Amino acid sequence: MTRRATFVALAAGALFAPALASGQAKDWREIQKPALPAFTPQQPKRIALPNGLVIFLQEDHELPLVRGSARIRGGSREEPAAKIGLVSLYGQVWRTGGTKTRTGDQLDDDLEARGARVETGGGLDSTFASWDCLKESFDQVFGTWVELVRNPEFREDKLPLAKNQLNTGIARRNDDAGQIAGREARKLGYGADSPYARVAEYATVAAVTRDDLLAWHKATVHPNNIILGVVGDFDSKAMEAALRKALGSWPRGPAAPRADTTLREAKPGVYFVQKDDVTQSQIRMVHAGIRRDSPDYFAIEMMNEVLGGGFSARLISNIRSKKGLAYSVGGGVGADFDHAGLFQLSMGTKSGSTAAAIDALYEEIDNLLKTPATAEELTRAKDAILNSFVFRFDTKQEVMAERLLYEFYGYPPDFLQQYRAGIEKVTTDDVARVARAHVHRDKLALLVVGKASDFDRPLASFGPVATLDIAIPEGATAGSPPTRR
Amino acid sequence: MCRTLAGLVLIAVGVTRPAPAQDLAAFEKKVSVRTLANGLTLVVCERPEAPVFSFFTHVDVGGDREVPGITGLAHMFEHMAFKGTDRIGTSDYAKEKAALEAVETAYAAYDSERRRSVGRDENKLLELEKAWKDRIAQADGYVVKNEFSEIVDREGGVGLNAFTNSDETGYFYSFPANRLELWAYLESERYLKPVMREFYKERDVVYEERRMRTESQPIGRLIEQFLAAAFTAHPYGQPVVGWPSDLTSFSATDALEFYARYYVPSNMTVVVVGDVKAASVFPLVEKYFGRLKTAPKPGPLRSSEPPQKAERQVVVKDPAQPFYIEGYHRPAFNHPDDATYDVLQDLLSSGRTSRLYRALVRDKKIAAAASGFGGFPGVKYPGLFAFFGVPTPGHTPEEIQAAIRAEIERLKTEDVSDAELATVKTRTRANLIRRLDSNQGLAVQLGTYQARHGDWRELFKDVDRIQKVTQADVRRVANETFVETNRTVAVIQSTQMATARDSGDKR
Repeated sequence: MTRRATFVALAAGALFAPALASGQAKDWREIQKPALPAFTPQQPKRIALPNGLVIFLQEDHELPLVRGSARIRGGSREEPAAKIGLVSLYGQVWRTGGTKTRTGDQLDDDLEARGARVETGGGLDSTFASWDCLKESFDQVFGTWVELVRNPEFREDKLPLAKNQLNTGIARRNDDAGQIAGREARKLGYGADSPYARVAEYATVAAVTRDDLLAWHKATVHPNNIILGVVGDFDSKAMEAALRKALGSWPRGPAAPRADTTLREAKPGVYFVQKDDVTQSQIRMVHAGIRRDSPDYFAIEMMNEVLGGGFSARLISNIRSKKGLAYSVGGGVGADFDHAGLFQLSMGTKSGSTAAAIDALYEEIDNLLKTPATAEELTRAKDAILNSFVFRFDTKQEVMAERLLYEFYGYPPDFLQQYRAGIEKVTTDDVARVARAHVHRDKLALLVVGKASDFDRPLASFGPVATLDIAIPEGATAGSPPTRR
Repeated sequence: MCRTLAGLVLIAVGVTRPAPAQDLAAFEKKVSVRTLANGLTLVVCERPEAPVFSFFTHVDVGGDREVPGITGLAHMFEHMAFKGTDRIGTSDYAKEKAALEAVETAYAAYDSERRRSVGRDENKLLELEKAWKDRIAQADGYVVKNEFSEIVDREGGVGLNAFTNSDETGYFYSFPANRLELWAYLESERYLKPVMREFYKERDVVYEERRMRTESQPIGRLIEQFLAAAFTAHPYGQPVVGWPSDLTSFSATDALEFYARYYVPSNMTVVVVGDVKAASVFPLVEKYFGRLKTAPKPGPLRSSEPPQKAERQVVVKDPAQPFYIEGYHRPAFNHPDDATYDVLQDLLSSGRTSRLYRALVRDKKIAAAASGFGGFPGVKYPGLFAFFGVPTPGHTPEEIQAAIRAEIERLKTEDVSDAELATVKTRTRANLIRRLDSNQGLAVQLGTYQARHGDWRELFKDVDRIQKVTQADVRRVANETFVETNRTVAVIQSTQMATARDSGDKR
């Protein structure tokens, strides 16, 4: 590591010398750009314990901090339909509900006095438990983390508090047009009941009990379901010994539940949500996307860059800069690691240019199929990705996070290198082919959230309009009625 | 104590490792400052972690220098700084320049007719509008779309963006280390000869930003009214994005006048952080930023907010869910009590041990979130210390208000405990360390402190000052600040909530 730092410093000194010797450039093209010095990022150490726990250790001595995070398989897509919100509640109460020996409030006092954090949370396909502390308090904070991971109590009194958070979110979910559009577009793209689109309701939140949280913990938090990453100011040998001592004897458990991820096709059509207190319409166009392990992924990345990557991409250039129709406009084919993403275009435009904006988006889709990417556009897109490639591993934390991600989803550890090689090989023909294969105007669901009376043209001019009912269902059971005073 | 420990460990490990980066002494070794002959300040922080660097250009002007008629212009110019120069973004600048001048002449004619309140000639107005738009179309013929951003993207730049707030304007992105000279050229070029191409289209884009952030967001709508009520003389009462009338009126000529007055080197601070050597950065910056013409730093702002005489209230009846905010005038960043306000903010708002979380969220369960924070909408001039609460379903802004007032009363009548104060101080130190871990974050912080205080070291001294705050300071400042006549209250009263309640039986 030390040698690497010295090498970079020397190289940097050397490569700026010629630039200094030259005169002041008049045109940016005249400026010398020496090759970037070879840079081999420090890889984390991977340790697989016999009980199935996978650990990554990444030393980083710049700041006196030690941070660790465990990613545990199983998330909200695996929770039962009648209890949507369970994993989110679990993620909160895991931490606030404390351990067998200390309440969550006691943990708060102890950790805050040290300027440290231990946090837990729930996500779509996993939950996490993390710590972040000054090196000097590692022993105590890591001890707390182990206690919380191995012996949580999920005290009953913190469950209503967590439900308050979710219910507040439900009550407020129709206040913001962008949030409505994002949520309803996911439902249109994946199907309303899909694990990737469904949302918590008062009734599903009310249905969750402490026993559900305990059961979730029992079903998922086992070493063989966990990948732990630790980064910071420590000695790897000492850290490995500490982790083996604390976690090595932890017995294996059953594999975490796994949702069925088959997806339904979106139903094409024109969808509308009435929202009268806005001056700007939110527009979405959506249909199914691809998985990241698709052979088309690299060409799709290039297509996305040409369509919506950065200020010089088509969507921004044509719809924002040229037509002045939007502040926010973007989109592309989504590619998730273990399930199909969504192809989505999104923009916000004043109510009075809603139809004009939809026309402009359709025009971009047609244009994408007619002239997918010119040689010049493709070169520009490749330059942008390849010249900025170093930013994918410019911190030790990032290098470890990347490895963790590939480990979690079962991708090869050198996927980043494969990505680079894949991007380099993409041709304009590839982009044309994947655009035809993965972008379909006739399959799109068009969604508009806005004030119809101010539109420049009725939405019916795009086809029969289905108005979506987004009224929030009232709670079926006692506990969280939305209108109680 | 933490420093000593970390220091010992590092000495034990070996001398080749870089010095620990968490304290002022360590940063003294890595940070250098120069002032160019034209008055521009340059800060370089050497951080050779990877062959990349980030920069931050701080311009000491935000919404604070806007007057009626040009509100939103600082932010508008920020957008225009991405439109290129006389050498970037044009196919033929000589012709484009003439075309853009014609646009301005046509716009002035159209705009003055449009805003005549008596005797406006509608036919003439249509003609003038058409003439203006025709000239825009002619000028657009010379535009090379988004060339500035395209160069940055293509050359491997990431995180290209900018912001404008009430106090200042900032520009930033990161580049691979071998693009240092290219950066110095591009970044100086955009302030040397900005060209107001596509100005009126971009004005529409900015208005869309206003619709998105302010007009179509319930809390955005409320905050605009809240600030307008809290400030009567000072520009902090004006929205940074601009009032609708100004956003549809100001011209490219206005923007260039604003630029000429405030985008002068003496009003600018440039920071570079990353795998660079100060010895290489200084001559390059001298060479390229040295081209900016010397001009005097704009004099201090004249208007200041007079003492408030009576409480002010804003009640917005809105279909959205309820929300509560109240604010009290407080002094600017350079006041001796600034550190005490920082302590108050941390004590009230930081984490699950904070007073507002424990009282409003955990115990009373009336709020999903509650917080008190120090410098709103800015800190360069006296601003507000504000409290807000997000009511949980079924709870009201009135309940939030009562609970916040009870916490304020506690601050005024009881000393903060030793343990609480110690926690605040420890947390502040730990959080400073967490703020030092990225090139871009460091560039923004060093630049902001250098520009605001005249010395980047104040970033660390701020934390030292917090260590000296006493129980008596907290109580005194709470008593001086949190008084009725110094207060502005703003509330969203939900019309939807009333409807749902009224129709509850019918469902």
